[in-house]
Amino acid sequence: MSTDLARPATRPEAGRTVDGPRRHHGVRLASRVASAAAAVVLVVAAVATLLPFLWMLGVAFRTSADLYAHPASIVPTAWSLDGFRAVYDQLPFGRLVLNTFVFAGGATLLLLFFDSLTAYALARLEFRGRNALFVLILATLMVPFQVTIIPVFLTLFHLGWLNTEQGLIVPRATSALGIFMLRQFFMQLPRELDEAARIDGAGAWTIYWRIVLPLSKPALASLFVIQFAALWNDFLWPLVVTSDISKRTLPSALTLFSSQDGVDHAALMAGAAISLSPLAIAFLLAQRFFVQGVAASGIK
Amino acid sequence: MTTLPAPPGTRARRGRRWNPAYAFVAPSVVLIAVFILEPIVQSAWMSLHDWSVGEASHKMRGLGNYSDLLHDSRFWNALKVTLLFTAGTAVGQVALGLALAEALRRTTWFTSLLRTAFFFPFIASMAVVGIVWRFLLDPQVGLVDAWLGHVGLGHPQWLQSTSLALPTLVVVGIWKGFGFTMIVLLAAIQAIPEHLYEAARLDGAGRAAQFRHVTLPGMRQATLFVTVIATITGLQLFDLSYVMTGGGPVFHTESVVQYLYQRGFVDFSLGYASAVAWVLTLVIFAVALLQLRILRYSDVD
Repeated sequence: MSTDLARPATRPEAGRTVDGPRRHHGVRLASRVASAAAAVVLVVAAVATLLPFLWMLGVAFRTSADLYAHPASIVPTAWSLDGFRAVYDQLPFGRLVLNTFVFAGGATLLLLFFDSLTAYALARLEFRGRNALFVLILATLMVPFQVTIIPVFLTLFHLGWLNTEQGLIVPRATSALGIFMLRQFFMQLPRELDEAARIDGAGAWTIYWRIVLPLSKPALASLFVIQFAALWNDFLWPLVVTSDISKRTLPSALTLFSSQDGVDHAALMAGAAISLSPLAIAFLLAQRFFVQGVAASGIK
Repeated sequence: MTTLPAPPGTRARRGRRWNPAYAFVAPSVVLIAVFILEPIVQSAWMSLHDWSVGEASHKMRGLGNYSDLLHDSRFWNALKVTLLFTAGTAVGQVALGLALAEALRRTTWFTSLLRTAFFFPFIASMAVVGIVWRFLLDPQVGLVDAWLGHVGLGHPQWLQSTSLALPTLVVVGIWKGFGFTMIVLLAAIQAIPEHLYEAARLDGAGRAAQFRHVTLPGMRQATLFVTVIATITGLQLFDLSYVMTGGGPVFHTESVVQYLYQRGFVDFSLGYASAVAWVLTLVIFAVALLQLRILRYSDVD
């Protein structure tokens, strides 16, 4: 794909060349045709990108017989809710949705609280060992979680926490990346606020809770979105911690379902669609937030 | 903390001894110590042992697990698969991300709509992506074969063929992740001051030259970031191959993490699996360092 596809057709300086009016009229026409072609290519690429999801939705609303008869059609030739019914009958579905919400929501809220406490102390309080702690937290970022997963599994086993909500949530309730991101944000807030509050008799907790947190809503919201999405979609972690299907989260239960023999396609696609929908809706509603959060994580 | 009020003289000293900052960092510190630091140490320890679940004693093996790894052809195969997948997805995602960031640079309703579409696969879980693509590529009911059949291209066995399975995973991996790369690069490209472009145009730079001399240098940091992230993500390949191929056909898509999972959580050879994890860590470190060097020096000119 060419890199200058969607540049605007006309540029202010394009008309001021020395080549005379007829020549630059031709150039303008050519570049207009080029950018129209580029727009078409981009639209086709975007539709192709979304096609798997459209097909997933189409399959979810049809019967297996219809799918075998007309595999090439995206829109069902006969609409049916059997797929959704089958998901409901064959999986403890309500339970799984609840589990996923409790896991992703619970862990993210705890994580925001614990990470912001630590980040606040690291950014704005003096204490012995502060730098050492910060370096240590940064260092843990470099070790991939695959290294820790077996010992953590054993720890959860000894605690009797396998197949439990706390087993899923507690080890995910803090993150070095979150501490780092929030610390960077807190450092930018003006120090005068703390000093003024201190003169008025506020302690560290009051400053954290009443001043720093309210001013940090954008950073907290970005972190919430990123973490919630990551945990909602997490696969290996629930697979390791839970073996009992009623304790699984939606993505990890779905694959169990997909490897069963003779599972019907509509049910599987319906399950996939349901598992995707909360994030998809959240994304479409809060798209700018989502994108800013992702972009911000990459700029600095 | 409901002790008697301290006499004025001791207050400062008490304050020095009990600093409220420790209460702030305590929850995270405890969690990091128990669930990250201790496991790192334990994992290193385990990798030196013959350690399996249920045995009372764990035999020290020194570097035995590591020397076994050197002669383990299944591990070398998994490493090769992982590196190929990583190279393919990283190159694809960064190239597509750069092209789209440049193409969709200006914000209008049209480009916003396209950005949303391109970013969308990124929010889906790998499990959903794997399931949907497995059925898209199914020889009997899949859309891809049905459409290819229309143009007479037959029925390639995407996931069953030893030569096609890995490239197919790479394509799906690129499709899943290029939106993320695009968004990060877009943020970077939009942060490049417009006057740099004006200056370049005054110097007679065309679009290609502007891209080469203004856009690319301005995006160096962001490109480095997305390349490293794409690489690390690629080296941790698990979900996609687990769901789409289960590592098959005959180990042609078995990744290092999948092998680790097999050894650790299916065979319960925890010591050996820990050694696999540490070798993977070394590979990730080495590759990330190499990228940092290459991308830094290539721009010095």
